[in-house]
Amino acid sequence: MTLLAPPHPLEKRVLLRRFDAPRTEPVWIDEYLRTGGYEAIRKALTMEPEQIVEEVKKSALRGRGGAGFPTGMKWSFVDRKSPKPKYAVVNADEGEPGTCKDRILMGYDPHRLIEGVLIGGRAIGACRGWIYIRGEYREYIRIMDRAIEEAYQRGLLGSNVLGSGWEFHLSTHTGAGSYECGEETALLESLEGKRGNPRLKPPFPASSGAFQCPTIVNNVETFCAVPDIILNGGEWYASLGTPKNGGTRLVCLSGHIERPGVYEVPLGMNLLKILNEIGGGVWKGRKLKAVIPGGSSSPVLKAEECDIPADYDSLAKAGSMLGSGATVVLDETTDMARVLARLMKFYAHESCGWCIPCREGTAWLKKISARLEEGIGSERDIETVDRIAQSMFGRTFCPLGDAAAMPAMAIVRKFRGEILEKLAQSEAFAPVTGAQPLAVL
Amino acid sequence: MTFSPELEAKFAKMIANYPPGRQKGALIPMLLYAQDEVGAVTDEVIDEVSRRLNVPRLEIEEVLGYYTMLAREPRGKYHLQICTNVSCMLTGGEELFEHACRKLGIGNRQKTPDGQFSLEEVECLGACSWAPAMQVNYDFHYQMTPEKLDRLIESLRKLQ
Amino acid sequence: MAKMVTFTIDGRQVTVPAGTLVIDAAKQAGIDIPAFCYYEGFSVQAACRMCLVEVEKMPKLQPSCALPAADGMVVHTETPKVVEARKSTIEFLLTNHPLDCPVCDKGGECELQDMTFRYGLGESRFLEIKHHAGEKQWSPLVFYDPARCILCYRCIRVCDEGLGMAALGLSYRGVAAEIIPNKGDHLECDECGWCIDVCPVGALTSGTYRYKSRPWEMNYVPAICTHCSNGCKTTLSVRNGEILRANNRDRSGINGEFLCVKGRFGFDFVHSQERLQSPLVRRDGRLEPASWGEALKVAAGRVREAIGRNGKFAVIGSTRTTNEENYYLQKFARQGLRTNNIDHHRSGDFITLVDALTGRTGALATVNDLYTCDAALVLGSDLAQQHPLLAVQLRANWRHHRAAVYVVTPGPVREDQYAARSLRAEAGSEVERLEELREQLKARKNLVVLYGASVKGEAVRRLVAFGDSLGIAVKYVCLVDYANSRGALDMGLLPHLAPGYRPVEIPGMHLDAMMAAPDLDVIWVVGANPLEGGREFAAKDAFVIVHELFLTETAQRADVVLPAMSLYEKNGTATNVCGEVQRTKAGPKVMGTKSDLDILGLLAAQLGFDLGVPSHEKVFEEIRRTVRGYSVPLPVLATGGAAQAAPCGPAPVDAQAELVRPSDDTLFTSGTLGKYSKRLTQVMEAPGRLFQP
Repeated sequence: MTLLAPPHPLEKRVLLRRFDAPRTEPVWIDEYLRTGGYEAIRKALTMEPEQIVEEVKKSALRGRGGAGFPTGMKWSFVDRKSPKPKYAVVNADEGEPGTCKDRILMGYDPHRLIEGVLIGGRAIGACRGWIYIRGEYREYIRIMDRAIEEAYQRGLLGSNVLGSGWEFHLSTHTGAGSYECGEETALLESLEGKRGNPRLKPPFPASSGAFQCPTIVNNVETFCAVPDIILNGGEWYASLGTPKNGGTRLVCLSGHIERPGVYEVPLGMNLLKILNEIGGGVWKGRKLKAVIPGGSSSPVLKAEECDIPADYDSLAKAGSMLGSGATVVLDETTDMARVLARLMKFYAHESCGWCIPCREGTAWLKKISARLEEGIGSERDIETVDRIAQSMFGRTFCPLGDAAAMPAMAIVRKFRGEILEKLAQSEAFAPVTGAQPLAVL
Repeated sequence: MTFSPELEAKFAKMIANYPPGRQKGALIPMLLYAQDEVGAVTDEVIDEVSRRLNVPRLEIEEVLGYYTMLAREPRGKYHLQICTNVSCMLTGGEELFEHACRKLGIGNRQKTPDGQFSLEEVECLGACSWAPAMQVNYDFHYQMTPEKLDRLIESLRKLQ
Repeated sequence: MAKMVTFTIDGRQVTVPAGTLVIDAAKQAGIDIPAFCYYEGFSVQAACRMCLVEVEKMPKLQPSCALPAADGMVVHTETPKVVEARKSTIEFLLTNHPLDCPVCDKGGECELQDMTFRYGLGESRFLEIKHHAGEKQWSPLVFYDPARCILCYRCIRVCDEGLGMAALGLSYRGVAAEIIPNKGDHLECDECGWCIDVCPVGALTSGTYRYKSRPWEMNYVPAICTHCSNGCKTTLSVRNGEILRANNRDRSGINGEFLCVKGRFGFDFVHSQERLQSPLVRRDGRLEPASWGEALKVAAGRVREAIGRNGKFAVIGSTRTTNEENYYLQKFARQGLRTNNIDHHRSGDFITLVDALTGRTGALATVNDLYTCDAALVLGSDLAQQHPLLAVQLRANWRHHRAAVYVVTPGPVREDQYAARSLRAEAGSEVERLEELREQLKARKNLVVLYGASVKGEAVRRLVAFGDSLGIAVKYVCLVDYANSRGALDMGLLPHLAPGYRPVEIPGMHLDAMMAAPDLDVIWVVGANPLEGGREFAAKDAFVIVHELFLTETAQRADVVLPAMSLYEKNGTATNVCGEVQRTKAGPKVMGTKSDLDILGLLAAQLGFDLGVPSHEKVFEEIRRTVRGYSVPLPVLATGGAAQAAPCGPAPVDAQAELVRPSDDTLFTSGTLGKYSKRLTQVMEAPGRLFQP
């Protein structure tokens, strides 16, 4: 099946511009070149690296992996004068629940990614790059491998990129099942053949990344946005979105929605507009209960909170985040305790175990929320969930702890009444949660 | 031990992708691709990879316990991985998984006695917009229903 | 001078060198920030989150173990927010902890207990089923209980960073994450037990101690390890006269908390079933038990008789007795028996070094010098196997100060892992390779040279000449092998040198000569086994007196066997490989035994020798007064410290280098004592070979 629907009139296809008609085959090199491909790297090779970074800064492009960090700024942190080799790493470990966009970019327009990495690599003076792709995406690894092969054959990669004298190598790197490896330093550990335990920061990858060398790590979509920024200018790209939130983004609609799919919209498009007009509204004619706006880690928004521009800053103001662009729609019949339980199960499964609050906190949250899902528990358990999440928030070694805590806090705070009602109606026996004997120690 | 010529060629190329002296970078992909061919990360695979990359066995064991796709014991010929994470759950992923358990008569991370099928409830496969999704080995199946799953299992049985 | 930064912590202004971590700076200011994973001297993990502190202008709490102090920084270590975070960390830790404190070895000295006492909540909110994983035995000495483990990774770090062994790793993830051993289901390592020692909880327990005692039931006795020459302080945990464990948690002594397998577990020979607990006297050709009174009478009688007819005596001393005993023994021989026929098993040529360094001070390195020196050169020794403390010191020096370590050995050694340069040279030819290192060594600030038994005689002089030619400060360590090998040399258990390396007028027979002499009347062996491996005394008819712990080959040849105490059972001093004198105290008690000093004192009394009071205090006083280099400060020793004896000065004699014979002990052997340590024989593993990769 083709995973990409024809463009909706409200879409603004920049990254997806080669997909105006449904297709099943990727854009291979000839078609890519025919449709303006690799023009951006040709242009970039005539620019000073600082200019490239400057252009990306002007574009207000922000990291599409979840954190939304300004890309140009990230690249500017790399010390180009360092005698060490420098590396460009693509984070294609797409694992944030709700997110399924990078596969589209790699699966249909692999050369766009290669071109983006080339430009990024050029901007920091890198000699090599890796595309770290999650192991389950074997299909896309094959496509990327073939595209890389093509690029080598055409002199776009290798010891003399397009005759410029610049040497740049690129390969895929296969992951083997770990959400945590989507965190950039855990990804680098994994790239080096180790467990995906995150690293202590500082030093940041810009000074000590892959193999202790200066490195940029960016999401697939981020790199894919770069060729158009170079060709059309940062200002043009910035103008597509809202201030400080430049360009377009891919939105992955899933859950209880009439037309789930991956769409490209300008940053700042109203969330309800995306859901109702592009996504066709809540499925089965039901009412909207809530939206997870940016992947499972983003705090859930109640239906009445959804009438906002979907960009980084607006969602942050609403107490949530744009994250990876994964928008999960929950209809009026959704059992929020079940959503909570499923998410907590996920984070407990994916916690690497390195630090205490995340390791123990996610496991505890999983157990309580599983109980609440069964209707076993009391008001106090709901409070405990909130308190555990607060104890994790901001105190874990890496952002995974926050990623688990944020949705937990949001759900129990916004849907406390619903969960209480569920507990009240349940015939399951609730454990005594009043005064407990003093701790043994 | 030696692997198939194709895999040997892949490994040779792969190892060259990491900076000199840092060939350990190839460890995780090597284990996974070796597993795809051998069926599991067996002791022989560990020893071989350990030798080729000059990585102590302990460091391989550390990694094996961490990455969920790596398996010490062979899985079924068809490894059914059903996603039940949020988008799939909302669209029937959990029911699909339960259906598969009943259909195959096995539970999570179990294998049918004939070794044909194994089942695993997996976390997000990155196919949320086409949920519920599953993978048979590396092949994706989208917008699954219990009926589609039945047909899939039947067709796989016929392939044997 | 390092750049200094000034910052504020709990209202106090503190100035520390730039780069100092807040947790360390706090300690200097007398503020204790609690932590589990932070461990001084090892890499930062920032995993336990116990040491979080509030820093003004930083929104999140910061781990003080990973935060370098900066100018103007304002840190608060005990705000309500911080305390709340610590309380929740403890609460998290206890969720899956089995809380089996009543039966846990660690109970009473557990950091998690202490921290729970300080920060624990009064109420337990965790109502779920705990995650549990069963206990595992990794070796006869190391047990791991993942349920109690809080994953602080201290064990992994001491093994990898501290020893270079890297036998422990981390596997699985989330709550299921646990420590794993290097060989699948078991450990193959140095078995030093450092991992057990640093474990803040009862996750790693020792095969020798588990379920034996509560920490408050035992007495803690500071002793000097009796196995190798490094002189580690080992604190013996003694209950009812029995040693139950040995460690050095208070980090007193030259070794800090480090002990090797011998120091930590090799004490069980003390309570071996085969210990001699009654004197033996040969009657009708057979050794039979006798009372102390009877045995001493028989021995004294034969000695008196031999003296009467101007008979010939030979005395073989020990490398494991105290300085006081050694000194008293040579006095007993020289003044009582009127003979210079006294010697011991020499395992390093220190005599030549003493002479070659005549007139110098500060030319002998201490254990601490190995940690602070800029460069070190190891000749002919498998340091990690033979001198584990010295190896750990050098590695720590490299880790912390990037010291350059050069190795010239006959085969691979663990120091190769990080050595600036490793050369292979046949035993005895190491010094010939030194020219290749000249340029590198010259560029360093200073150097410590350590040489093993294969470097002896003229090679030692050439080595010192080479050191002199480098133009940098050079210190030396002669790598002798046994617990008091240095003491035996210094105390004059030598046929040609009296205590302090003063030549005697008429040298006596050396060890080989004694073995070969057919006409000896009495052979007196104190704590040595010269007949090991089927050797014999040429003097078939000699009367043999042996002080021993076990019925060794030599004891079997004896006419009177006197059951002696081990070093752990007596008071006195011993001198380690670096010449550091330390006091050891009597811990356990084995019925029927006496110290060698007591035995000699009783015999001296019976024989009418006037050798002074045989008390260790009196004898040590005499040593301090009379032995070159031993006027060491008493307060240092009295407070458990080590004072270096530096007897360098003329020793114008033939060093008899041919008598230097290495013990060739590995980490898992220890001469006679090792044979009677079940623990050591049990755990002997692949690493227990010298010069193996």
